[in-house]
Amino acid sequence: MTQVVTILVGLALIGFILWWFFGKHEVSSAAATVTADRQAADVLVDGGYKPEVVTLKQGVPATLRFTRKDPSACLDRVVFPDWGINRPLAQDKVEEITIDTSKPGEYEWACGMDMFHGKVIIK
Amino acid sequence: MSTRTRFWLSLLLSLPMLVNMLLMPFGLHLPGGEWLQLVLTTLIMAFSAWPFVHTAWAAFKNHHANMDTLVAIGTLTAYLYSLYAMATGRAVFFESAAFVTTFVLLGQVFEERMRNNASDAVAKLGNLQAKEATVIRDGQPTRLPLSEVEVGDLIQVKPGEKIAVDGTIVAGQSAVNEAMVTGESMPVEKGVGDPVIGATINQTGTLQFKAEKVGDDTLLAQIMEMVRRAQNSHAPIQKLTDKVADIFVPVVLVLAILTFLVWNVLLKAPVATALIYAVAVVVIACPCALGLATPTALMVGTGRSARLGILIKNGEVLEEVNRLKTVAFDKTGTITTGQPAVTDVIGDCDRVLTLAAALEKSSEHPLATAIVAAAGDRDLPAVADFAAVAGKGVRGTVDGQPAWVGTAALAPHDLPEDLAEQSTQLMKAAKTVVLVDQGEEVLGLIAIQDQPKPTAAAAIANLKEQGLTPVMITGDNQAVAEAIARQVGIDRVVAGVLPGDKAATVKQLQQEGPVAFVGDGINDAPALSTADVGIAMGSGTDIAIDAGGIVLVKNDLRDVGLAIELSRKTFKRIKLNLFWAFVYNVIGIPIAAGLFVSLGLALSPELAGLAMAFSSLSVVTSSVLLNTTHLKGERKLAPAVA
Repeated sequence: MTQVVTILVGLALIGFILWWFFGKHEVSSAAATVTADRQAADVLVDGGYKPEVVTLKQGVPATLRFTRKDPSACLDRVVFPDWGINRPLAQDKVEEITIDTSKPGEYEWACGMDMFHGKVIIK
Repeated sequence: MSTRTRFWLSLLLSLPMLVNMLLMPFGLHLPGGEWLQLVLTTLIMAFSAWPFVHTAWAAFKNHHANMDTLVAIGTLTAYLYSLYAMATGRAVFFESAAFVTTFVLLGQVFEERMRNNASDAVAKLGNLQAKEATVIRDGQPTRLPLSEVEVGDLIQVKPGEKIAVDGTIVAGQSAVNEAMVTGESMPVEKGVGDPVIGATINQTGTLQFKAEKVGDDTLLAQIMEMVRRAQNSHAPIQKLTDKVADIFVPVVLVLAILTFLVWNVLLKAPVATALIYAVAVVVIACPCALGLATPTALMVGTGRSARLGILIKNGEVLEEVNRLKTVAFDKTGTITTGQPAVTDVIGDCDRVLTLAAALEKSSEHPLATAIVAAAGDRDLPAVADFAAVAGKGVRGTVDGQPAWVGTAALAPHDLPEDLAEQSTQLMKAAKTVVLVDQGEEVLGLIAIQDQPKPTAAAAIANLKEQGLTPVMITGDNQAVAEAIARQVGIDRVVAGVLPGDKAATVKQLQQEGPVAFVGDGINDAPALSTADVGIAMGSGTDIAIDAGGIVLVKNDLRDVGLAIELSRKTFKRIKLNLFWAFVYNVIGIPIAAGLFVSLGLALSPELAGLAMAFSSLSVVTSSVLLNTTHLKGERKLAPAVA
């Protein structure tokens, strides 16, 4: 009897893991707030990025403000490979990163170990 | 709390348990028993391991999982089960949670240090910059911080001082050490009119130069920007690891549950034993090694090449170099110096040269420049009635007699037979022959050639050694081109190519395999961008940084081979890193799951933790070692080349 329960619980756990990590889930995204001639967006770094997708307007100078709440070494840097940006993120401090919005497109960012990803969409 | 503090705390608190474990075979126990273990491990979990749990939970809520997830689940499972076991009077394994935390943190501490090591190339370049400059303002030398130096400023540099920004010398003469920027290890002699590069060191004399590029426009600033981009770029090979990383952690969790089920249900192992195997599986799986394999090698490889004066644009270029079959060279200015020089004088050397130089002095043709240079400081006779015949030669009156320098076709007299024969010989050797004529006779011949660079032959030999086929592309006719090619050891020549058709020629070559094109970056832009890898050669401050996938800061052809060798080595290291990272998981996970227990091969969770720490550490170490890998093409002392 215990064995049947163990198997059922185990299989249920596997099912849950597959659904939770591989199922379709909505990605948190946000547009930047635009003021007069600037736009900015806050990104919370905690077990990943929140939002994971930031939409920016083309041609308006933009700043992304990263705040790392997460103590993990995994997220202690943010890398934008397309722009050669590799910036350390101090815990609980705001790190402002200026984004070149001259060309439209999708630009990925990642943590220093390339495990967590985010994306800037310029249009 | 920093990773270091967390590690030391965890180590300190684990030590009593380690001692306990070592004493166990002798029947000795530390006082306190399970209660001591409970207290120590609880402290470790609360302070050292808590950040793992925090991240794991935060990531979980975002439907993500990473290495922290694995560590958190592994240690929490061991810890919570031990609490339950203690309450129900079963055997505990608190020490597993404690040791795994300690080992993983140990790995992270080392890894952090190595990562900083790998990425400091740009910072090192930045440190080269001069902090101040002596600017002449209102006739007075004034010390100014670098940021206040403007274009057009006159700057004075004493021996031993750093040249602050890029510019051109207006007074003085000195040897300048440019090694830090160009990788050229011999000091370069400089005088009025020569360009100087910011951050290089003036050695022997006092110089005055006019600032031409400041701030972000200087060569050093551009190099730093390029290196920064290259170091953080992605190599296409990474797409594979990105894909694996996305599914890695959840798959490992599933494997761990299956491990537990198989041991507990199928093999009837006690819950504690099955749980230990499951925890070992979770702990040994290391996605970090996979994630670090490519970026760290890329960082070290591009950083080292920058120090050698070789700028590699990004990971894509690095990967492309690996596939190259052919290296095509532009002839003029790349294989040759681009400045024709007199190679032979037939006849009375002094008389022929002075007469020719006197006539050519007023001409601006490149051949004329070569003749005038060859005459050196000989006294030149006066010329009257000077006239240039476009593309053919020049004529005038010297010492009351009509004189002519130019091609044989329009010469006033026929060549005597012996001279005619020598002329044919010289032309066969791809030299341009002009004849010098005065009064009623031909005085002699001058042979001129755009000569190969002294290092060209060595550079080509190196490429052949690496299994590449060098090809020369030129606008010259086949005979001339072949003669030059023979001198440097190139077997294949595409001659008669108009400047605008170089890109098309590269395209043709591409049908046989990936092609690199080596050119000067200013005239060769289309060919550079058509080629699979464009290698732009620079000289002095005139470097077209955007022109190629690889930019050679100094105008030394041997750097082509060195750049290719270094790129290949770096890419090989990336593949090696990835191979080990994969193999490590492929072998480690089954062992941890207890698949080989019948062979006596098993891993406790703490050993798995140690192995995990070791795997990312070994990948980063392997990347950092790229800094010291032997390179055949690297030269300790490069001869000073004009």
